[in-house]
Amino acid sequence: MEYTGASGQHEVQYDDAVVKLFLIATVTWAVVGMLVGVWIALELAWWPANLGLPWTTFGRLRPLHTNAVIFAFGGNICLTGIYYSMQRLLKTRMFNDTLSRLHFWGWQSIIVAAAITLPLGLTQSKEYAELIWPIDLLITVVWVIFAVNFFGTLYIRKVKHLYVAIWFYMSFVITIAVLHIVNSLAVPATLTRSYPIYAGLTDALVQWWYGHNAVGFFLTTPFLGMMYYFLPKIAERPVYSYRLSIVHFWALVFLYIWAGPHHLLYSALPEWAQTLGMVFSIMLLAPSWGGMLNGLLTLRGAWDRVRTDPILKFLVVAISFYGMSTFEGPMMSIRAVNSLSHFTNWTIGHVHSGALGWVGMISFGILYWLVPRLWNKPLAYPAWATTHFWLATIGIVIYTVSMWAAGLTEGLEWRAFDDAGQLKYPNFVDIVHQLQPFYWLRLIGGAIYLIGALMMAWNFIKTVSGSAASRMPAAVPTAS
Amino acid sequence: MSETNETGYTAAHRKLEGKSALFAVLTTVAILIGGMVEIIPMFSTQTGPETLPGVTPYTALEVAGRDIYIREGCYTCHSQMVRPMRAEILRYGEWTRAGEYAYDHPFLLGSRRAGPDLQRVGGKYPDAWHYEHMRDPRSTSPGSVMPSYSWLHHDTYDPADIQASMRALKKVGVPYTDDEISSAPAAMAAEAQGIVGRLTQAGVSTEPDKEIVAVIAYLQRLGKDGRAAIAARATATPAATGAVAP
Repeated sequence: MEYTGASGQHEVQYDDAVVKLFLIATVTWAVVGMLVGVWIALELAWWPANLGLPWTTFGRLRPLHTNAVIFAFGGNICLTGIYYSMQRLLKTRMFNDTLSRLHFWGWQSIIVAAAITLPLGLTQSKEYAELIWPIDLLITVVWVIFAVNFFGTLYIRKVKHLYVAIWFYMSFVITIAVLHIVNSLAVPATLTRSYPIYAGLTDALVQWWYGHNAVGFFLTTPFLGMMYYFLPKIAERPVYSYRLSIVHFWALVFLYIWAGPHHLLYSALPEWAQTLGMVFSIMLLAPSWGGMLNGLLTLRGAWDRVRTDPILKFLVVAISFYGMSTFEGPMMSIRAVNSLSHFTNWTIGHVHSGALGWVGMISFGILYWLVPRLWNKPLAYPAWATTHFWLATIGIVIYTVSMWAAGLTEGLEWRAFDDAGQLKYPNFVDIVHQLQPFYWLRLIGGAIYLIGALMMAWNFIKTVSGSAASRMPAAVPTAS
Repeated sequence: MSETNETGYTAAHRKLEGKSALFAVLTTVAILIGGMVEIIPMFSTQTGPETLPGVTPYTALEVAGRDIYIREGCYTCHSQMVRPMRAEILRYGEWTRAGEYAYDHPFLLGSRRAGPDLQRVGGKYPDAWHYEHMRDPRSTSPGSVMPSYSWLHHDTYDPADIQASMRALKKVGVPYTDDEISSAPAAMAAEAQGIVGRLTQAGVSTEPDKEIVAVIAYLQRLGKDGRAAIAARATATPAATGAVAP
């Protein structure tokens, strides 16, 4: 069904059918991606979980987990939020329904192709850019379809001024295209294998320019855009500061792109590039916290509702984790800190406070708000949303604390000396052994988080399939 | 978001928000600058990664082994980057120089050490150690959490496939000659036979076309050119080995 929104003199028929498709895909891939995450967490705690099969080893499933969570779960929630909000912000239906459908099915076919090829060991090995070259070509085609639909919608918009959410969406569409094309340039050897045109540290720099900005422009800017649309609507408060949104948008998109080399500190990458990466990473704290503060201060006067509304709980904790991990990131980019944290589980903890805390929590909040409105049915088990919130929060805390402890343990023991000036732990596997309790703890934290997501999925299934009468208020199109 | 009392840059920005094409162009400019400043100088010999004379391309068999290393995702747990720190040099050996990666398409520095760094693993253990370690990691490293890779001992590599790899690698700049590529199957067989011979001496029997043989060839090559080149440079100019961070 479609909502009808009043737009000046005439009615606009929003395409909410495609939003529902993206939403269903979001919930499905969230469960799949997190399940694979829990599985590979078990593999590190208990190696027989690798099953002795080529297709299920950690080395092949880890890329499946990261791709599923970033591009399948993260990608689909972004597209859910963008397709829902940009129609309402611009008071127009999407540019072309066929392009919207091609975009949806194209994106899902990429995900299915990834889920088949990665366990088969078909990979380019570049983190978050593992997919083989024919799939890379498909991604390019699908992204062009998205861009045409996106800019076409901007062209036919009925609202003159672009709201801040649209700026962030635009940076997502443009930057991901640039990153994907430049990082994927390769010469094919066979249908499933290719070699990048860059060699050695140049290849590494291009990859981490891509990899860090996949975090910046796939897992940050579209989510900030959604924050700017959904948070004021849900909290029923205007955005705190227009000036701040201008300053932090331009500072964020300009500074983020420089930060990649912090992944290569203490490598043989030229010193000047490492220093640039470190300095820009530290500067990135300012616009990141600008976004966090603009979000949290938007809640001024609505804090009493945070106590009772699970959706606002999800959003507040999401924005807080955004602030936490964008503080931790710049700290880890300082050479001295990085010398301890690099290559350890600390990094794993850091990315999960971003992924589970920021990306996951804000997505859950938006989903709980959207499902009753899109299907025009009240949530089947409203109390479960609060339970889900607490499970997710406890899960993240267990996860990050265990990974901090594991990271510090191994980082310090790798560099520990005895009184004679020799390595205190010369046998690497002795240190691995000490991490086992932390791996089990992390597994528990991740499993608790997954249980919350499963509760959400079941809640939505019962909501959508239930026969509850329409009790939701009709959605009102938003104005900027 | 008040629309009133706008002055200075907020008023100018409000105008910009009405011009979506210009907004897109400015966003594109903003996101291009950093990447261009950092990436373009990488292609200059003055500002890009340093070279290291004496580093040569991988042999055909090593290319086959490297492809398997990539297929199995070894880099998800093992780095190939020894940092210039005393603890790392003691544990692994010489810190990694940029030129050692000259023929690495793709790079395999890794981002996580669930297992030890492999940059200097070449020559550290006998071939038979790797054979056993891949079959059952706990037989050589008690307490290891690495999965066993027993299929490498049964599955075979395809020399024609490796020739396709070498042709592609040549296109991206690895200096293989046409002769080297056309004679690759024979060269692979000869190199593999050498490994099988050493394995036989150690009491392990296998055939030269098994994947494990290619993996051993690759692992035993890792870091060797670099180590020799660094040693050669050190004898020539003793000061060149300095610059080790604490």
